[in-house]
Amino acid sequence: MKKILIPIHGAEVAPRFDLATEVAFISQDPEAGRWSERIVVVPQPSAERLCHMILSEDVKTLVCGAIEEEYYQYLVWKRVTVIDSVMGPWAAAADRLMAGDLASGAMLFCRKESANGD
Amino acid sequence: MAAAAAKGAGGGASGGVPGGAPTISGLFGRPAPLDAIIDTLPSGLIILDRDRTVLRINRRLEGMIGFSVADGNGGCLPCRHLLRGRLCVTGCPARSMNADSPPVTVESDLIDRERRRIPVRVTLAPVRAMDGGLIGFTEVIEDLRVAGAAEGRRPAGAALSGIIGNSPQMQKIFNLLPAVAQSDSSVLITGETGAGKDLIAEAIHRASERAGGPFVKVNCGALPETLLESELFGHQKGAFTGATDSKPGRFRLAHNGTLYLTEIGDLPLPLQVKLLTFLDDQVVYPLGGTRGFQTDVRVVAGTHRDLERMVREGLFRQDLLFRLNVVRLRLPALREREGDARLLLDHFLATLSQRFGKPMEGFSRAALSILLSYPYPGNVREIRNIVEYAINVSRDRRIDIADLPAYLTEPETPPAPTGEAGAGPSPAAWAGPEDTWADTERRMILDALVKAGGRRGKAADILGWGRSTLWRRMKRLGIDGG
Repeated sequence: MKKILIPIHGAEVAPRFDLATEVAFISQDPEAGRWSERIVVVPQPSAERLCHMILSEDVKTLVCGAIEEEYYQYLVWKRVTVIDSVMGPWAAAADRLMAGDLASGAMLFCRKESANGD
Repeated sequence: MAAAAAKGAGGGASGGVPGGAPTISGLFGRPAPLDAIIDTLPSGLIILDRDRTVLRINRRLEGMIGFSVADGNGGCLPCRHLLRGRLCVTGCPARSMNADSPPVTVESDLIDRERRRIPVRVTLAPVRAMDGGLIGFTEVIEDLRVAGAAEGRRPAGAALSGIIGNSPQMQKIFNLLPAVAQSDSSVLITGETGAGKDLIAEAIHRASERAGGPFVKVNCGALPETLLESELFGHQKGAFTGATDSKPGRFRLAHNGTLYLTEIGDLPLPLQVKLLTFLDDQVVYPLGGTRGFQTDVRVVAGTHRDLERMVREGLFRQDLLFRLNVVRLRLPALREREGDARLLLDHFLATLSQRFGKPMEGFSRAALSILLSYPYPGNVREIRNIVEYAINVSRDRRIDIADLPAYLTEPETPPAPTGEAGAGPSPAAWAGPEDTWADTERRMILDALVKAGGRRGKAADILGWGRSTLWRRMKRLGIDGG
């Protein structure tokens, strides 16, 4: 099953991987071919815990904002595809990813469309 | 990379040129491009609208975060996604700011495009329109790695903010300072006159999160009570004869920074009550005013007096002492700082001779012997003055005995130090015009051994020496500690 994890901050991709308190799991059922979403609140922001969650949940792709090199390299070494520095609503990021059109550094905000005030 | 802020966004901070970058007009003879000014700043600058959307960033910040502003997308990128700071996520101060809010300085970190974590100091301020309404914010971002590197370039022995010292006693202080600086608690610095209390207070401020804010110093012993109250807490217009204008007072001037109350032992009792009230609720009530002002000030106090004794004598409030005494730093006297006198002599000779344009090579053996055996009751201030005097007087490139102040070379009692009781060797140890340094040292050691009940380790602690130093000096003086 294909799994994507996006650390989120309200409706946006969390600006910082290490400070995210919520994550969106997006997974595709291989038989039905449908995508499903699940939001998980993490007890405390922690890059280590997120890395552990990514590996234990067998996540294949991470879409995030800022991530430190140490965690980036670790996840890449663990064969996780990391698309970082993504700025914008996380739903839009997921759509772009599924459409095969998401790259690191993507800016997905439209004019004056900041989805949530932190 | 599709990300970025706002070159050309919002065009014309004040009458921009069509299709071009914003300009500043009304300041120079002709409109000038805003970028030409902000790009020369040594710190990062970000200009936001009132929704905290990026309008513009300067070149220094581009370099720091690794994102260019030339890619368009102006007017739609929330600041938190560009800056990626811890502060942006954990609680941006701008959320609670209005047009009248004072600037706020906080230390934080951000992650740049190269995925490096950068420690930064952020100063956030609201921008008001001509009609007084809030129209945006400015953020100045200082890269603290630069400040750290500058610290590393300092000469050996200079550990903090111009404080020189290699002795174990000073190393202890230097090791303690970063933690003290970060704590934001009230600090009480004690030590003899000239020991460097003011420098330590400033070093605490510079190393704290308040470093971007003001460091305000008030000498509590320098003004009469009524003037001091007005100086500290401010006054309203008409509060007393001659109060023709309202005055904010030092506490309000120190907002977001540190207020250093030097000679706190000289603070009159009525003002001690007022200071205590301030420390409890951080609200300043100016003289003659009915309205209090909330401030965010860290109080650091310094004194050469024995405050515990003053409390016993009813001259200092015990509750204020407890409130100030959250963190206490006792600065050792120079005579307790092993090897620092030589270091300071060389340091002041180098810096002062350079300042006076009079190259000096050093001290003669005889002059050095006198300088190193003198107890320096005036501490670092005195050693500096002696070196300054000698450089001015000397006709040679080397300072000799004849260049030293007369009171060093003539048998005369040095001025009594104003040390706090119970802090290190008693000042009485320096009495006796006929005493040689060896006699004085012998008496100090014996005194410490008596206090320590004969235990050498404790005696060494009292003297501020290492155990081996005490053993060596006892052996040299023929003292049998067995």
